[in-house]
Amino acid sequence: MAVIDFNQLKNNESSEFQTIRVLDTNGNVINQELFPDLSDEEIVQLFKNMVWSRILHERSTKLNRQGRLGFYAPTAGEEASQVGSEFAMSKDDFLLPAYRDVPQLVLHGLPLYKAFLWSRGHVDGNKYPENFNAIPPQIIIGAQYVQAAGVALGLKKKGANAVAYTYTGDGGTSEGDFYEGMNFAGAFNAPAVFFVQNNGYAISVPRAKQTAAKTLAQKGVAAGIPAVQVDGMDALAMYAVTKAAREYAAAGNGPVLIETLTYRFGPHTLSGDDPKRYRTAEEEQEWLEKDPLIRMRTYLDNKGLWSQEQEEAWTNEVNEQIDEAMALTEQASKQKVSEYLQNVFVDTPASIQAQIDAFRTKEGE
Amino acid sequence: MAKTTMIKAITAALDEELSRDEKVLVFGEDVGQNGGVFRATDGLQAKHGEDQVFDTPLAESGIGGLATGLAFTGFRPVPEIQFFGFVFEVMDSIAGQFSRERFRMGGTRKMPITLRSPFGGGVHTPELHSDSLEGLVAQTPGLKVVIPSGPYDAKGLLISAIRSDDPVIFLEHMKLYRSVKEEVPDEAYVVPLDKAAVKREGTDVSIITYGYMVQESLKAAEDLQKEGINAEVVDLRTVSPLDEETILASVKKTGRVVLVQEAQAQAGISPMVASLIAEKGILSLDAPIGRVSAPDTPYPFAEAESTWLPNKKDIVEKVKEIVEF
Repeated sequence: MAVIDFNQLKNNESSEFQTIRVLDTNGNVINQELFPDLSDEEIVQLFKNMVWSRILHERSTKLNRQGRLGFYAPTAGEEASQVGSEFAMSKDDFLLPAYRDVPQLVLHGLPLYKAFLWSRGHVDGNKYPENFNAIPPQIIIGAQYVQAAGVALGLKKKGANAVAYTYTGDGGTSEGDFYEGMNFAGAFNAPAVFFVQNNGYAISVPRAKQTAAKTLAQKGVAAGIPAVQVDGMDALAMYAVTKAAREYAAAGNGPVLIETLTYRFGPHTLSGDDPKRYRTAEEEQEWLEKDPLIRMRTYLDNKGLWSQEQEEAWTNEVNEQIDEAMALTEQASKQKVSEYLQNVFVDTPASIQAQIDAFRTKEGE
Repeated sequence: MAKTTMIKAITAALDEELSRDEKVLVFGEDVGQNGGVFRATDGLQAKHGEDQVFDTPLAESGIGGLATGLAFTGFRPVPEIQFFGFVFEVMDSIAGQFSRERFRMGGTRKMPITLRSPFGGGVHTPELHSDSLEGLVAQTPGLKVVIPSGPYDAKGLLISAIRSDDPVIFLEHMKLYRSVKEEVPDEAYVVPLDKAAVKREGTDVSIITYGYMVQESLKAAEDLQKEGINAEVVDLRTVSPLDEETILASVKKTGRVVLVQEAQAQAGISPMVASLIAEKGILSLDAPIGRVSAPDTPYPFAEAESTWLPNKKDIVEKVKEIVEF
């Protein structure tokens, strides 16, 4: 009987998943072949979106500390991964975000004040116009993946030139729904782009404790779908890979899995998590040097496409947008239980109607 | 019009709706070419095509997610969960996701999903096929839970469920699939989702029940009639939300109640009906509320079904106890 070298099998399995990069940490193009087909203006816009996201993060943190926002999952450090991927999507594409993916949702078209209302826990934040192709951030880790398979199959059946795209984190790859979602999309050859934003930690649990797999991208093999690992701190690589994956999926070839190597410059959420309990200062410093904004800014500086003055002007503009959104947020009317009850069913049963009537009386109508 | 079984009535309802609306999609494990493990979808893929009737990978949670995603893109999904004992795998999609989407999105989306699934004892299935788990979904706001007790209701309720813009869990008792024949119209018709049915008029006691226990209760009522007890049998049909009006009107008329379910005493729908009557009908009662249900153990090993499942004899005994109180 031939002997099987299991150690060799284990070592071989991740060899196809090399990290894709376009810019190095100094802002130099190291992979001209993959350099995205974007005009200078578009690259500047991509960078502006990243700056917007960073400012939104900083302001959201402060607004949370002031008690003016509620649930907030920090995004700093993930701008290339989040904003770079979103930049490659079309408005016809259907976004299924996780709880950390609010920047993509806003860039896809959700008014910022609605994102703030979602953070505070107000139903108006989740009232989406009929033609807005997205659902609110998913709290149940993995659920967005199986739903994305369904959305993608729906888009395919309608013959839409669009894809479903969804995000989870490194911890989320351990969920059953993560596997089922990819596997369903694969079996139905449905147009979905699945992102894993691997920021190294699921709250306090390091990536290595989730799986013995050397990459998360290789999990696509289990579904029989193509997968890539990308430098998630490199916006141009993120854009280029996402664009290619989107086109591949939209052309009827089936789903793609994209693992993005990234980091969050802060806690899991602002609900009491302290990363000092599980991360070292050295590690944080190492990743701060990979800040996706720094390398893009350097790249644009070198090409004479961005200046300190432009950044200041843009910063002021973004801050004003945030102030305006916050003002709208704070104007939202008090939520009513009668409206909650009304929203449960299309055809309201008598027992629910009786509760609506009772609450309307209480609410003084 | 012809006498037919519940399984044939269900197939006919699916056939009608697949023809009426191309957005209706029937999918699940083995529902396509195979026509379903009970033949509920027999011939539907051949007639309506693989675009509308299709098999899925073996993963209940994936099926639930598929249904939710298809509903978000404008379809009217009719997924099947092969046996309702497998609902635990898809509990998040049902109770955490599609039951909540309309509420979650402030009424701006609808989830016209009808999830069909067989359940129920008396046919010696292996483990976790026959469990009565309707209580779990009945406790989930945002769902309508429907359990027909025979062929006529099954067709009309299923057509109503599929046409409803609200999510419906449609539970089909396996023992009812072929054991009862009724006259079922050939054409489409609807049975309302918000109405219980008085299946037998009576004056002395209200037997309030659902599913296969409706058949046992009707047989018990015949036996009781011979002893001079005139029982009214109320079939809940939609077990959540409850048709309070029909339940309370029957209780008011008879003054005595026996609640009958196949589920364990701590499970099922009877606890909700008892609570409703205690809250809104207590002054009509001349005796305590009687209950017939299964023992509070996990569902029995197949050979023990006959001693474990509630039956006509249990109902007769309990009714006499309540009438003689």
